Formats: sequence, C-alpha cells, structure tokens
Amino acid sequence: MKKISNKQVWKNIGIILISYIAVTLLLNSGLLNRQYTSLLVPIAINVMLAVSLNLVTGFLGELSLGHAGFMSIGAYTGALISLNLGKTGILPEPVAFAAAVLCGGIVAAVFGFLIGVPVLRLRGDYLAITTLAFGEIIKSVINSMKITNGAKGLNKIPLYSNYKNYTVVFILMVITVLAISNLMRSRDGRAITAIRDNDIAAESIGIKISHYKVKAFAISAFFAGVAGVLYAHNVGILKPGTFDYNKSIEILVIVVLGGMGSIPGSVIAAVILTILPELLRGADNMRMLLYAIVLIAMMIFNNSRIKEGLMMNRTVKKLTGKGE
Amino acid sequence: MLTSILEQLINGLRTGSIYALIALGYTMVYGIAKMINFAHGDIIMVGAYTLYIGIALLHLPVIPAMILTAVVCSVLGVLIEKIAYKPLRKAPPLAVLITAIGMSYFLQSMALLIFSSTPIPFKSVINLETVQIGSVHISGITIITLLVTTITMVALTLFINKTRAGSAMRAVSEDRGAAELMGINVNKTISMTFAIGSALAAVAGILYICQYQSLRPTLGALPGIKAFVAAVLGGIGSVPGAMLGGIVLGIIESLAKAYISTELADAIVFGVLVIVLLVRPAGLLGKKKLVKV
Amino acid sequence: MALLEVKNLGISFGGLKAVDGFHITIEEGQLYGLIGPNGAGKTTVFNLLTGVYRPTLGTITLDGKNLVGKGPSEICKSGVARTFQNIRLFGKMTVLDNVKTALHNQVTYSGISCFFHGPSYKKKEAEMTEKALDILKVFELDQYQDTLASNLPYGQQRKLEIARALATNPKLLLLDEPAAGMNPNETAELMETIRLIREKYHITILLIEHDMKLVAGICEYLTVLNFGTELASGTPAEVLNDPKVITAYLGE
Repeated sequence: MKKISNKQVWKNIGIILISYIAVTLLLNSGLLNRQYTSLLVPIAINVMLAVSLNLVTGFLGELSLGHAGFMSIGAYTGALISLNLGKTGILPEPVAFAAAVLCGGIVAAVFGFLIGVPVLRLRGDYLAITTLAFGEIIKSVINSMKITNGAKGLNKIPLYSNYKNYTVVFILMVITVLAISNLMRSRDGRAITAIRDNDIAAESIGIKISHYKVKAFAISAFFAGVAGVLYAHNVGILKPGTFDYNKSIEILVIVVLGGMGSIPGSVIAAVILTILPELLRGADNMRMLLYAIVLIAMMIFNNSRIKEGLMMNRTVKKLTGKGE
Repeated sequence: MLTSILEQLINGLRTGSIYALIALGYTMVYGIAKMINFAHGDIIMVGAYTLYIGIALLHLPVIPAMILTAVVCSVLGVLIEKIAYKPLRKAPPLAVLITAIGMSYFLQSMALLIFSSTPIPFKSVINLETVQIGSVHISGITIITLLVTTITMVALTLFINKTRAGSAMRAVSEDRGAAELMGINVNKTISMTFAIGSALAAVAGILYICQYQSLRPTLGALPGIKAFVAAVLGGIGSVPGAMLGGIVLGIIESLAKAYISTELADAIVFGVLVIVLLVRPAGLLGKKKLVKV
Repeated sequence: MALLEVKNLGISFGGLKAVDGFHITIEEGQLYGLIGPNGAGKTTVFNLLTGVYRPTLGTITLDGKNLVGKGPSEICKSGVARTFQNIRLFGKMTVLDNVKTALHNQVTYSGISCFFHGPSYKKKEAEMTEKALDILKVFELDQYQDTLASNLPYGQQRKLEIARALATNPKLLLLDEPAAGMNPNETAELMETIRLIREKYHITILLIEHDMKLVAGICEYLTVLNFGTELASGTPAEVLNDPKVITAYLGE
C-alpha cells in the first residue's frame, strides 16, 4: 500500500520536472515562434481554471456556470494591487506580485464563500442557474464601478506573469494541481465526493453537507482567482466583458472533455483546448462549434450503451483477475 | 412623473409579456421532461433569423413568413429533443443540463458560421402608429405585443385544459410512469411539448426582433436566461406562474433601468432570481416537493 | 435507563398522518424488530429517528439526550447510524473509500493537512485504512476493497452499507430491510452476520422487515406498525399470535 503511494509521488515529481525542462528547452532553443510562446501562460491559466472548476463540478457534482466571475474578481483585485502598489514603487515588484496573487485568490475565495452560502439551499438545475446569475451580477457590478474603471476596464497592468516569467506561472500551476489532487485524496475530499455520489447517505454518516459545499466553492474560487491574477498580469488589459458566460462555458468544456472528476484529464484537456483553437486560427467561428459538439457528444457517449459495455468489460476483467 | 411611471410600467408589460412567452416554453418542458432546455433561448434567435430569411431574402408576405418561422422553430425544437435529449432520459440531471448548454452553443455557433457576428439590421414588420391616451404614449409594437401574447396565452390555457392532448400533457407532467401505463404515448407528448414551446419561442422571437430591429447570433441568450428567471420566479412547471413571472420580471427590469441604473438592471434581475430561490424556492405559484428517501 | 426512548411520535404530510402516536423503548444491547405491512410507515419512523424528517409531534431521546430538531449529520454524531431500503452507496468510490468516508468523525486531521500530505496526514490515513479494513473483514468484503461500490454484486452492496454504517461507531444501528432482494441462503448468512456484529461491537440494533418469520428468528422484541400507529408489541411469540396482527397481515 505504502510503496505504491511513494511510487506515485516520484512519478508526479518526474512528470513535473520533465514538463518544466521541456518548456525551458523549447523556449530557449527558439523552436517555438511567438505565436506559441504566447500560449504558455494561457495554457497554465486554463489548467488552473479547469482543475479548480473540476473540484465543484466533477467532484462535488454541482454545475457552476459562474467560474469566470471568480476569475474576474481575482484579476481585478490583483491588477488593482499591482497598479497601485507595484507600479508606483511602494512595494518592490516581486512583493507586489506576491501580494496580488494572494489577495486575488483570497478575495475570490471570500466571494466563493458568500455565493456558496445561499447556493447551499439549492441543488442541480437551480444551483447551476444561480451560479450563472452570480457570474452575470459580478460582471455588471464591475462594469458599473468606478474603481474598476467601468466598461473601459483597466490597462497598463505590469506584465509580471507573461511568458518571460513562466517559471513563476509554472510553479503556481503545479501548486494548484497538487493542492486539489491532494485534497481529493484526503478526508475532506472523500466527504466532497460522497456528497456528489449520495448526499442523503453522506449526511447519514455524519458529514455536514453545508460545510463541505461552501468549502469546495471557496477553494475552487480561490484558485480561479489566482488564475485571474495571472491572466491580468499576462495580457495587461482587463475588460469586464472578457469574463462573461462564454468564458465560464469554455472552462466547463475543458472539464467535460477531460472527464468530470479526473484531474489529469482536466490538465490534458486544458493543454489541447488552448492549443487547438490556435492551430485552427482563422476559423475562430469553428471553435464554438467544436466546443458545442464536444459537450453534446461527450454527454451522450458517457451515458450510452457503448460506454457501459466498455466499463463492464473492464470491471469483469478486474474481478476475474485477468488483465493488468 | 406619473406619466413617466405609467410609460415605464407599459414598457415593462411589453418586455414582460415577451419573457412570459419564452418562460412558458421553459416551464412546459420542465414540467414534462424534468429538464431545463438551455437551448430554448436560442430558438428565439433561430426564429428571428427565419423571419429575416422569409421576408428579406425570400420576399414572402408577412403572414406566410411568420407561419414559416413558427414551423421551422417547432421542427427544430422536436429535432433537438430527439437527437440530444432523448438518449439521456435516464442520465443524471447534470449530463442533461450540460448537453442542453452544448445545444445552445451549437445553435449560436451555427448562426455565427452562416450569418457572421456582424449585426444585420431588420426593419420591423409591424407598422402601427403610436397611440396617445391622455399624456401617455403607447407604441404600436407595444399594443401588438400585448395583444398577441394575451391571445396566445388564452389559447394555450384552453389547449392544456380542454383538449385530449392537453390532458395527456398534464398527465405526463404529473407522473410519467403512470401516464405511460394509462396508454398515453409519452414520446409523442414530449415531442408535442417541445413543438408548442418552440412555437411560442418563435412568436417571442418575432415580437422581439420587431422591437430591437437588429439580428445577432447571440440575441436569444439574454432574453432566454431572463425568461428562465421569470419561469423560476413564477414557479417552474406552473403555466400561470410563467405568465405572472414574466410580467413581474419585465416590470422590475423596466423600472430598474429607468430609476436605478441601466448598467445594474441585469444585476437586479438576477438578484431577484437569487432572492426568490432563497426565500421561496418553489416560486410564486409553484408547489413544494418533498424528496423521498 | 433505556438507550432509545420515543414517545408519542407523529408526522403528517399535507394532512395525512404518516406516523401517529408512535412509542418505542429500546434497551441497550437489544435486537429489536419493527415490522408491518408495506406502507405502514416503518421507513418514515427511521427518517424521523435520523433527522431526515422533522416530527410534527413527540420526543426522541438517545441516552437521555434529545434528538428532535437535530440534523442527520448531528444525529449520526450522537450515535445513530442507518442503512437505506433502496441502497445508497457512494457508487463512484471504492469499497475501501466508502468505509473510510464513514470514519469521517472517528479519525480526524486538520483541513490544512488535506492539502499538504504531511506526517499527521500519513499517520491518520494509515489508521483509517486499518480500521476500515477491520470492518470490511467482518463482512468478508476486504477482497473487494479496490472495486467501485456500484460494481459490487447486489448482496455485497447491502453488506457494504451495513459496514459503512458501523464505521461511524454507532450506539444504535438502524437497518432498513437489510435482507430485501436476497435469496434464503444469503438471508440466513446475513442474519448470522447481524448477530455477530452485535456481539463484536456491543451495539443495539433496530431492524425493519416485512417478512415476519425472518424477524421472529433473530429479534428479541417486536413492534408491529400498521397505518402509522402501533398495532402490537412484545416478544415474537406474543406478537405472532396476536389476532390483530394476524388480521392486519392476512386480512379478515
């Protein structure tokens, strides 16, 4: 038992190191043209967004359509901190960026908590619509506030997290992925998954549902907020319209394609779905169509007889000891 | 002041009755298929584009173009159900909801591919002079909208309560299994519900486009979501609830836009949804349901 | 003092009295049967005892402490665990994780440790695994520990549900038709296991069954429920010979 878990740890460390070295080599060898280097940070951001959304949608089993809202709160908080403290020289740049990341995450988590509390009384379809409503409320409030500069948005945000600083971005991404996958293999993670599988049974064995739902929402929002901070410091401009319903759906598509409740799936899907639209450049309209087809096809496939048959075969093999 | 409030109320009534038409589709489908048809809002968009094709490209007279719109939307609604939702009848609700979102995205992206994202101007097909009562002005389109929605709702209520097909719909919504045992063709009833709901969305689409006079692939998204809010506000699954919810929501929105802030009007509408769900999750006219353990 | 005392318990749904004036007193260590025809309100009684429904009337005390008004998770912490008539497992989790989840309040560590798998995480997780495997062994389910719960055969699923309930370390275990859908052999084996866990874990058991013969075999005391009210109570011999009970089951 113990041996296996150690092996797993080494394997993870290996994957992390190899991907870091690969990225470094690719960047320095000049094999990547500008178009692709500019994708590095968006890939990391999408990984973080997808993994954090997976916590709520894949593991807790509640559809959240307001993930972009948390991202925008993080982005604006972080941007305002570095515009007011970093750029003005009040704090040294690295400190200002660290503060931006931390505060962006925390403020988003506070909103996640605030939204989590009322949302607790709802389930399923209603909850999904409510998260969508919250996302839209956040968007229109940001749109009408002075400090966020309304519809014009913020610009000239220092580029602390563009591809030149990809090491920082990479570390933050790894922390996010590890934190959430560790969480899922712990007491709290099991409670969250149990609520998804059967909330009434989860309550009957002493799990406080409200506590874990709010917790999952807050943690998920925290990492979405951090991803938002990275976004702000990568592109340098923020507009409230960027973080609309479509952005939330985009993240959902990644989670669905990667498999709900699968963290490696989310990571791989995030990489693919960030690079693919770039390859299909010029056919930007096709991207939405692709997303739509992914959503429908994955759901129908997951619930079809074909999938059931495949799963059955695997289980039978496992039980009879054949295979593996 | 009083005049302005009255005019805002009438505006609200107009927007609200469009919401009500759309909300009816959500509510009927929810009652019968127990799912939120997220693509319902985009049917409005399809309706608007169909009307545009009929009038501007095929040069049809107004009435045949409208009939064409209703038929196209009904057929589309039925097809969507058959292709995307029917295979998922036994699937978990999350899967159905995601599929519905996918469908909504699909319709939008098809419109984007065919018509591109540049808005297409479209001149209203309803040309009626503005009427003045006292100092209150009521535009022709408002009168037509109110008239059409009232007739549609009366017809729908009669259909549901007085016809055999209507009572089949009520039976399936009450208990699908039992209805099936009583010899009701559930598949046919579900198809019919999607057809009627989509036809109502087509009507809403026509009225909507005559008012805003500009076609975009995403034009159905926001009224769709707001109509959903209206359906929840009235109590999802309840037909009179959808009508009431739509009108109440339209008035709230119109007053918020006029007296609070245009930018915050959407936030207020969604805020209403959140408050209703928290205070009275079953909505104004809905019934509370107990989860069976 | 009795372990569980229920007095004058009642609940109505929209004017219909599902349970009315229900009394039960269960002594520590007893194996108690609650029987009655279908629709008599047995499961409703369980739902009232475990806080799924809130009673409109009456009192429930466990070890002298009031349970009315507490939520299901608090009632579980007070020492009442249950199984469900329609099995409710965590289907997408492994058999081992199903039981480990139920150790939620037995073995705890901080929320921070959940993110950083430090020494306290490792120690406590190992302890959880050991405890969970101990319970699984009693039900001979340890061989399936890595199987997803939803892939278990039906009979094993019923057993896993009992194992999971036991893991919460209850004083009182409520079993809702544990033998439903089992063949006579499996049923006999299950009854043996129930007797065994009562001895091994020193717990009190309240069992719902509608098959009277089966309950009469293992329960020391029975209450018969009909139309939401108590029809008879007593030892199996007394109850089974009660003319009221015979009428309720066989009709006039």
